[in-house]
Amino acid sequence: MTYEDRLFAALADPTRRGIFERLGERRRSVAELARAVPVSQPAISQHLKVLKEARLVRDEAVGARRIYSIDPAGLGQLRQWLDRFWREQLAAFESAVEAERRE
Amino acid sequence: MHMIESDPVRKSVTVRASPQKAFEVFVNGMGDWWIKEHSLTESGQKTVMVEARAGGRWYEVGNAGEERDWGRVIACDPPHRILFAWQLNADFDFDPTFHTEVEVMFEAIGEEETTVTLVHRDLGNYGAKAKDLRGVLDSEKGWGGLLASYAAKAACQSGKRASI
Repeated sequence: MTYEDRLFAALADPTRRGIFERLGERRRSVAELARAVPVSQPAISQHLKVLKEARLVRDEAVGARRIYSIDPAGLGQLRQWLDRFWREQLAAFESAVEAERRE
Repeated sequence: MHMIESDPVRKSVTVRASPQKAFEVFVNGMGDWWIKEHSLTESGQKTVMVEARAGGRWYEVGNAGEERDWGRVIACDPPHRILFAWQLNADFDFDPTFHTEVEVMFEAIGEEETTVTLVHRDLGNYGAKAKDLRGVLDSEKGWGGLLASYAAKAACQSGKRASI
């Protein structure tokens, strides 16, 4: 699976989307997620693993607990798209300026 | 709610024209060079309009005459700089409460030569709400869909599947 496929697969599941949205509100531990989402703690851990592999969430150790949050690098996809978008647009702009010069 | 930080996208190009000419083509001639596929109109893009004054509209006109707002002009200082508010949210819908900035600067670097620098910033606003970020990745007409069409186009051009 490509990275993009993993991303779509990760968010295709409604429970995982729910978990992702909860983490969008604020960072939480697995236990906190288990209270907020009607799914068992082992199931939540499994969903988090998928989300983490898709680089949508990240975790950090805080004492004995792992705290999950949205991975800001998940925005990399959007940034990369915009980077290409503006590069293409500026190339088109450059051609237009050059075309006017030749007229 | 935490903010997701993201670096701005920064691009530049040097054109053989005065800043006046470069500014004129960029702002008043946007419809002549904007890539037609990057369109929000149902009937296809006829042109793109920039009202080159603070508070002016930035919008697309379709072949059937329909208009789609993209944002507005925050500041306009010809031929040096124009600052846009890009207000298309992650689902590519115009949202007056959503705001990212596109700043374009025109700098003379010699006789008839101008460097045009474009900075798209406040991208963290896309991630401020998880709902929006999901839209970025999830929606057919959002970034995900555009990414896929871009990949298809790139693949056609290069003759092989592009990896994104």
